Amino acid sequence: MTMPDLSTDYLGLRLRTPLVASSSPLTGDLDGLRRLEDAGASAVVLPSLFEEQITGEAMEIDDLLETGAESFAEALNYFPELDDYSTGPERYLGLVQKAKAALGIPVIASLNGTSPGGWIEHAKLIEEAGADAIELNLYLIAADPDLSATDLEARYAELVRSVRGAVRIPIALKLAPFFTTLAHTARQLVEEGADGLVLFNRFYQPDLDLETLEVLPRIAFSSSDELRLPLRWIAILHGRVRASLAATTGIHTAADVLKVLLAGADVAMTASVLLQLGPAHLRRLEQGIVEWMSEREYASVRQLKGSVSQKAVADPTAFERANYMRTLKSYSSRFRI
Amino acid sequence: MATKWACIDGNEAVARVAHKLSEVIAIYPITPASTMGELADVWSAKGLANLWGGVPEVIEMQSEAGAAGAMHGALQKGALATTFTASQGLLLMLPNMFKIAGELLPGVIHVAARAVATHALSIFGDHSDVMATRTTGFALLASGSVQEAQDLALVAHAAALRSRVPFLHFFDGFRTSHEMNKIALLEAEDLAALIDESSILAHRERRLTPDRPVLRGSAQNPDVFFQAREAANPFYAALPEIVQGTMDALAARVGRRYHLVDYSGSPDAERVIALMGSGAGAARETVAALNARGGRVGLLEIRLHRPFPSAALLAALPESATHVAVLDRTKEPGSAGEPLYQDVVTALAEGVAVGARGGRMPRVIGGRYGLGSKEFTPAMVQAVFEALREAEPRQHFTVGIVDDVSGTSLPVDGEFSTESDGVSAVFFGLGSDGTVGAARSSTKIIGEHTDLNAQAYFVYDSKKSGAVTVSHLRFGPEPIQSTYLIHRADFVACHHFGFLEKFDVLEKAKEGAAFLLNSPFGPDAVWDELPREVQEQIIDKKLRFRVIDANRLAREVGMGSRINTVMQPCFFALAGVLPRERAIAAIVDSIERSYGKRGPAVVRRNLAAVDRALEEMREVRVPAKASSKRRLRPLVPPDAPDFVQRLTACLMAGEGDRLPVSALPPDGTFPTGTARYEKRAIAREIPIWDSSICIDCGKCAMVCPHAAIRMKVYPPEALAGAPETLPSKEFRSHDLPGYRLTIQVAPDDCTGCGVCVDTCPAKSKEEVRHKSINMEPTDRHQERERRHFETFLAIPELDRGAIPVGTVKGVQVRDPLFEFSGACAGCGETPYLKLLTQLFGDRIVVANATGCSSIYGGNLPTTPWSSNREGRGPAWANSLFEDNAEFGLGMLLALERHMDESRRLLQRLAPEIGEELARAILDASQADDAAISAQRERVAELARRLAGIRGEDADAARRLSGLADDLVRKSIWIVGGDGWAYDIGAGGLDHVLASSRNVNVLVLDTQVYSNTGGQASKATPRAAVAKFAAGGKSVPRKDLGMIASAYGNVYVAQVAMGADDRQTLNALLEADAWEGPSLVIAYSTCIAHGIDMAKSMSHQRDAVRSGFWPLYRYHPGLDPHEYPFHLDSRRPSIPLSEFTHSEARFAVLERSNPEQARRLLALAQADANERWRFYEQMAQVERTVPHERPENE
Repeated sequence: MTMPDLSTDYLGLRLRTPLVASSSPLTGDLDGLRRLEDAGASAVVLPSLFEEQITGEAMEIDDLLETGAESFAEALNYFPELDDYSTGPERYLGLVQKAKAALGIPVIASLNGTSPGGWIEHAKLIEEAGADAIELNLYLIAADPDLSATDLEARYAELVRSVRGAVRIPIALKLAPFFTTLAHTARQLVEEGADGLVLFNRFYQPDLDLETLEVLPRIAFSSSDELRLPLRWIAILHGRVRASLAATTGIHTAADVLKVLLAGADVAMTASVLLQLGPAHLRRLEQGIVEWMSEREYASVRQLKGSVSQKAVADPTAFERANYMRTLKSYSSRFRI
Repeated sequence: MATKWACIDGNEAVARVAHKLSEVIAIYPITPASTMGELADVWSAKGLANLWGGVPEVIEMQSEAGAAGAMHGALQKGALATTFTASQGLLLMLPNMFKIAGELLPGVIHVAARAVATHALSIFGDHSDVMATRTTGFALLASGSVQEAQDLALVAHAAALRSRVPFLHFFDGFRTSHEMNKIALLEAEDLAALIDESSILAHRERRLTPDRPVLRGSAQNPDVFFQAREAANPFYAALPEIVQGTMDALAARVGRRYHLVDYSGSPDAERVIALMGSGAGAARETVAALNARGGRVGLLEIRLHRPFPSAALLAALPESATHVAVLDRTKEPGSAGEPLYQDVVTALAEGVAVGARGGRMPRVIGGRYGLGSKEFTPAMVQAVFEALREAEPRQHFTVGIVDDVSGTSLPVDGEFSTESDGVSAVFFGLGSDGTVGAARSSTKIIGEHTDLNAQAYFVYDSKKSGAVTVSHLRFGPEPIQSTYLIHRADFVACHHFGFLEKFDVLEKAKEGAAFLLNSPFGPDAVWDELPREVQEQIIDKKLRFRVIDANRLAREVGMGSRINTVMQPCFFALAGVLPRERAIAAIVDSIERSYGKRGPAVVRRNLAAVDRALEEMREVRVPAKASSKRRLRPLVPPDAPDFVQRLTACLMAGEGDRLPVSALPPDGTFPTGTARYEKRAIAREIPIWDSSICIDCGKCAMVCPHAAIRMKVYPPEALAGAPETLPSKEFRSHDLPGYRLTIQVAPDDCTGCGVCVDTCPAKSKEEVRHKSINMEPTDRHQERERRHFETFLAIPELDRGAIPVGTVKGVQVRDPLFEFSGACAGCGETPYLKLLTQLFGDRIVVANATGCSSIYGGNLPTTPWSSNREGRGPAWANSLFEDNAEFGLGMLLALERHMDESRRLLQRLAPEIGEELARAILDASQADDAAISAQRERVAELARRLAGIRGEDADAARRLSGLADDLVRKSIWIVGGDGWAYDIGAGGLDHVLASSRNVNVLVLDTQVYSNTGGQASKATPRAAVAKFAAGGKSVPRKDLGMIASAYGNVYVAQVAMGADDRQTLNALLEADAWEGPSLVIAYSTCIAHGIDMAKSMSHQRDAVRSGFWPLYRYHPGLDPHEYPFHLDSRRPSIPLSEFTHSEARFAVLERSNPEQARRLLALAQADANERWRFYEQMAQVERTVPHERPENE
């Protein structure tokens, strides 16, 4: 049996396999990054640099250090003055540099900005720090009733345009699935300069504590069931946008990886399952892909990529409304007899 | 090399030199010297090297005695060793100082000279500490300014090495240690030029080493001790010349010339003043001014005090001098004169006796000035010169006070002034608003970026919340030596509108001065809002008046309440010290340097404030006439007691300087219950109760750090006839049907901290953010709540047995006897003290260690300790920092002796008193409040019967009368912080716990030395950043509770009110009830933790949930199968990191040094895990207190 060629191109980067570790606590330090590389990750996405967090943290630390200062003769302050509070992006940039120095695989940084200037400024810094690519994490809950879809999309387009103008490294966009016209928006953003789309962002979802009646931010691990949303959109977008596609959310098994590849993804990104089972799980995924491809005599990932995309299937509507209708029917037939 | 100039304070100036010239620096925090140790610690943590390329080891010890011991050891082993201290701390070093000097070890102690506590503690400057070291054998060298403090610090180190005599270099606490002034910096090369390397080699050669063994510290017998003591004389004889030589070498290098005794003034002066320290600044100015007016006066500045330079004094004093006044900044009661006076008299008499000065002895008088940082002004100097004119000058006078008791004081001409041509500015700020920071920054900008000289001095409040700061800044072309506050300012800024109603802010404004007011009212509306007195001064003094709404602007740019960067550009624009554009550029530069390391966002918001400030400052058109109907508010209500009206109100108004000696108690005894008259009204928001949601839990009152939110339960008729209808609700209780409950805020005493709202568990069913209490703007509720609070106070306290005391509501319906302290808003310590007084306040004596609790508890003008309607309440005293357990034990011993004696007398007098009453008193259990109350009634009856006893038992009856109160149960509570209990007082605490005596100890554990600004103690947890642990504390905190429980008969509890209020309550009750020693260690949140203090109690909860602070009680018992250790908190449910991430003390390390943080936090988690594992095993251990068994057992 010849080994199938697992290599794939993502954002113009040649990757050994389509298995990419997406951003998670595992990619937040060198130890985790090394373990991921050792287990076979073909690239890593670092956790996001959140501009809002940097700003908020700097303000908060400044406020806390100033609390009670210069009020009372015996205690003119309450903390030693340190040289560096690293409340700026330095720590993050340090991680990028260290990751680049330590790893042989591409390092993709991730950025979530709040101000137009902040996106550009930080994207440049990330490029300077040596990242191979940058993932723009469009992490925004559009809660403002005065903000229309058109305005928001225009803002995103402007954002991509300006970051594209500021950096040379490839740019991926990590999108939420909540667009009225996702396919159109995706194409528009690609036209503005995005080299790839990462589908989809999973938000922290608020939960309520019935004891305290407080809102709790929660993020649960994804499950394979969640795969179907990115699967559908990858299948739809494959061949329709001139950009790399990454599937993320719900990729837990080799079967999940194969599905998104068949649908047209260039890479499959995993986080939850690696947090649960450890980075070594990547080896099992790779082995599973190899076995499946070998059994069916696929020569390469390139060969199978997109072979079951919307464009490639006999019934393209299967990825559209009909899918919904049939599911409904099958449930009714099961329970309503 | 070009001279490098800097605006720094005396502490920094000295620490720079000491750090460069030391190998071992042993430190311990004490005001006003702490900063020197803090800087040394930070510099060493950063790896800054000394002159020889090594990084000095900076080690914090458990006390100054420990620091001196470590210094002694380091010197014996041949190191260059230094320490910094003051006051009591210096006194703790005395035994070692004798040793170090006796062994000719060249160490140096830098002292920010401070008053030694006597009738009261004073953190402020005088020489009483230094004067107590005169017999140690240390050389004493005095500096009088920031420049001198730096220069003579070098002279001290250099001369110590050359002479082998250790040096104590001192400068005045606060006036020099905390004054910022522009000085020429000494560079490393200057230091190297003065230090004699061969002396260092010789010192090292003498070090203890087994390769050349010697013995030091022998014990000597009467045959030789004396001779040996005299053997070192030549070293002292040589010292003056060595010091002068070193001073000359310094002069040759940097051009600044000093002498052992410096004379300035008229060469043919008749009248001369001699003194040491910062007073010389004011004296020099006065001498110059008087001589310019034709006077013939002079000044002797004595720099070397030990060995006393008699020859130099004789040489320096002009032959023409006929009258000399020697001023001492200390008091030696009962002496023939204060120390410097005696030295000068002796030196002159000895000199004159052998023919000096043509055999003519000038008339020498001595006087005291400046104790405890009392102002020393040119007017006072002039008064001394005037006194010297008298035919019979007053001997042993005082100057600067009005002594109407002993008549010692000199009259002072209040109009006399020497202020120069420069610009002077006074800023009134709120502690939290950044005014002092802005003033520091402005001083640095002018001092370091222009040719002008600059000086800044800051006057702080004794309150920790809502504190008032007054910044005094001077700028001018000449070096500024005015070592006193500004009285006539070119610029006055009032950063808080409310001050206008409280203080005479404009008193210090010169005619034509600029007046900048932070005002919520615009230029057109502000005039009518000013009190009439303020309007009149603006008109009379022709002030140029500008306003800016700095609070709004600061809020808008995200600065919150910090208005510093709004007010600072306005100052520059108005004061005209610098051209406007240049000033703004300098401010921007300063912001980038100061805040750059805290992140660009912080810089941005500061710059935004600067930009908008100048745009929004407005000129106010001043009308020709004052028209306001507003008046300055009386500071205390008219019904306040006489003492409060006479003395306290004066202190509150900032006019304590005017009080004569007769107004003050001679032995430091003050009435309690005075904080209630100090209505500070500092909260912008206060909690308002919504009775419809309340669940009667009492938690809001329990956690209130200021006793400003209270709970009462009462029958409806209690309010009959009350002028106001109070909001109330039905109290849910089967036992008290129909009773009403009211939760009431004290609107003028609340600090607005918000802890009550954070704690309130009752949320609206319609909108969860609305709780049963909610913070609302004060101005909307103030008047009504004031009336309500007055009505509320009149409601009698519920009968103490009505609700069980072991419940939160049961204890919260009791009146607190600790109220309205000046502690920080949200303080984590004070709720415990308040609770203590609600439980036992009418029968406790408190021994309070020095620290935060002694300051908010006992710093004038008022005290929060108060009494109930019967006049009973905690009696309180503070002795020292280090001896509090022993102090409390002494109280107990006295109490026990008196109880014993009164019981004996009662037994003896029983036939006359009545056997039944006597027996009832002697046998009373007094286990609970009802029983204690019954005993009080019996003792009252006893007093009545005793009064009737005549005849041979009358004397015994009188004796019993005086002590009968002690037949009612009393408790001694020993209270203090972790600095005391874990460190400086640990030995005493251990001894007292070991005594098995019935004392109760409450440790308010903030895990740092809070009062002195957050230095690490042994209670500081691993991985926390604190001063003296700038790189993160590397070792775990000491488990004081487990150490104490090892005795087996000590009741120990570790509590955290925010995590479990019932457990706290039970622990205090059990501790008081336990007949042996008790130790309650109370986790106390503190601003030094770097947390939002509104969430104080939530942090306590998370400290427990994460296993950081497990709750337990170790209750010793007699049962052989007793399990004394009760682990009261649940197994940790969140990782430690969840807790540490939320506190800046840990979080800053994660940012400043992530690798170190990761390492230490992993260890801290291991500490928590291991502690929990240990405690779980402890809970399974059977243990009994060994005791004598009854015979029938």
